[in-house]
Amino acid sequence: MSPIISIKNLSKTYASGFQALKTIDLEIARGEIFALLGPNGAGKTTLIGIICGIVNASAGTVTVDGHDIVNDYRAARSLIGLVPQELTTDAFESVWATVSFSRGLFGKPRDPAHIEKILRALSLWDKKDDKIMTLSGGMKRRVLIAKALSHEPQVLFLDEPTAGVDVELRKDMWQVVRELRASGVTIILTTHYIEEAEDMADRIGVISKGEIILVENKIELMQKLGKKRLTLQLQKPLDAIPSELAVHNLSLGEGGKELVFSYDTQGERTGVTTLLSDLNKAGIRFRDLHTTQSSLEDIFIGLVHGDAAANAPASPELVSRTAP
Amino acid sequence: MNAHAIWAIYRFEMGRTARTIWQSIVSPVISTSLYFVVFGAAIGSRITEIEGVPYGAFIVPGLIMLMLLTQSTMNASFGIYFPRFTGTIYELLSAPVSSVEIACGYVGAAATKSVILGLIILATSFIFVPLHIAHPFWMLAFLVLTAITFSLFGFIIGIWADGFEQLQIIPLLIITPLTFLGGTFYSIHVLPPLWQKITLFNPVVYLISGFRWSFFEIADVSPLVSLAMTLVFMAICLAAIWWIFKTGYRLKK
Repeated sequence: MSPIISIKNLSKTYASGFQALKTIDLEIARGEIFALLGPNGAGKTTLIGIICGIVNASAGTVTVDGHDIVNDYRAARSLIGLVPQELTTDAFESVWATVSFSRGLFGKPRDPAHIEKILRALSLWDKKDDKIMTLSGGMKRRVLIAKALSHEPQVLFLDEPTAGVDVELRKDMWQVVRELRASGVTIILTTHYIEEAEDMADRIGVISKGEIILVENKIELMQKLGKKRLTLQLQKPLDAIPSELAVHNLSLGEGGKELVFSYDTQGERTGVTTLLSDLNKAGIRFRDLHTTQSSLEDIFIGLVHGDAAANAPASPELVSRTAP
Repeated sequence: MNAHAIWAIYRFEMGRTARTIWQSIVSPVISTSLYFVVFGAAIGSRITEIEGVPYGAFIVPGLIMLMLLTQSTMNASFGIYFPRFTGTIYELLSAPVSSVEIACGYVGAAATKSVILGLIILATSFIFVPLHIAHPFWMLAFLVLTAITFSLFGFIIGIWADGFEQLQIIPLLIITPLTFLGGTFYSIHVLPPLWQKITLFNPVVYLISGFRWSFFEIADVSPLVSLAMTLVFMAICLAAIWWIFKTGYRLKK
């Protein structure tokens, strides 16, 4: 199936001379959830801005469902819904009016039933007659999502949609995103909460300093780059790693009460069997064992800052969060 | 043609007018009425007729123009500046609308409001001064054309302005003085010959003159010249807006 968004040789240099995007080539598949990860200033918002028509590209082309975003902007833009990063809303309009306005702006005839459906799905129905300025930040975020969905887009951009949103609301929002995806909408999101990308995305793209440094199916990415760690809780603490175990990639933890073994899940031999047998020979007994896998965050930090961080053991809170 | 978008913007802007009815309708009508009372009824009765027209009636077209120009400019400039200020412009830029459609929505609403305002002020003036309109069609044509032209002008100001101060400066420091000096309260024939020549560089002279002609059939310049100048000014504004959207000036990064 042809990609819904196709980006070729896209670059952007701002008037100040800052090169926000170097050369971007990217294809987004129809119906997928694509997570774009990258540190602040990496070019995520610029990239989304260009696709949506807010920022002019310096070079390159973008097509949305085959429609060029410049020459055929009407067709391209009417397929897109955008939820911006900033909470930019009208202040004095009612929720109902602003969402209806968006639908009209995108060229669709009035459809109160559709607007009602969206507002109910986003738990905004009770607030439909309230002025936007009276709403909380989380509610305003929902209003922005409702506006983006008002014209039944085929592609939805969510730029940091859950920044500053409480856990409850975040869950609701992801439920809406899942439903949209089930109805065939393609979703492109940027987020700082890497757990979200890990939970939601089909594919992950990593952007750093204006370049896409990686695009990978999430599961394959986790497998390919994922390090696993085996932690053995020892019956008797060790002062140092015995010399006969030096061949294994081991470290001591918890004041010698734990022995930690890092290995690559993709390796032909993980070395787990040999380690266990060597431990037996050395007379080291353990009470319990568990394995943990690198989170996407570790992988991400590793990619952006070089491999050193990715190879480093995951921090304790990451371990607890991603423990299988 | 995205007619739904034009209609959405138009309704949005008219909704804003309805929400701020005191500021946008009542206040300009009251302040213009004060001019009628002071210059028309109180002082005007002691001033002789100008070219056969009682002074109170003579100033009516000029005062309507004064309100029309300042209100069109302020209203249209605020309409487009506010989304820029709050950031909601993102939606307009990402929507499948052309520059012409955006301008139609904003300018159409601002012009509608100005025409309504102009007609209310005209109706009010009948209370204070005896008035007769010689060419109602041309009166309406000048009213509508001027409202559109200055709404276009205001739209440009709203895109150009970088702050609320700049937004106020143009109506207060340029349009109001030009209108006062453009013959609102006098015929330019009363000026010394040199100033009569200089005044012709003031575009507002043509607007007021044409509008006044439609009331009393007296004019400082030929009504055809007035009409032509209005259309020229409108064409300049349209060209500027076309350029703004083509280049993304102050709108797109």
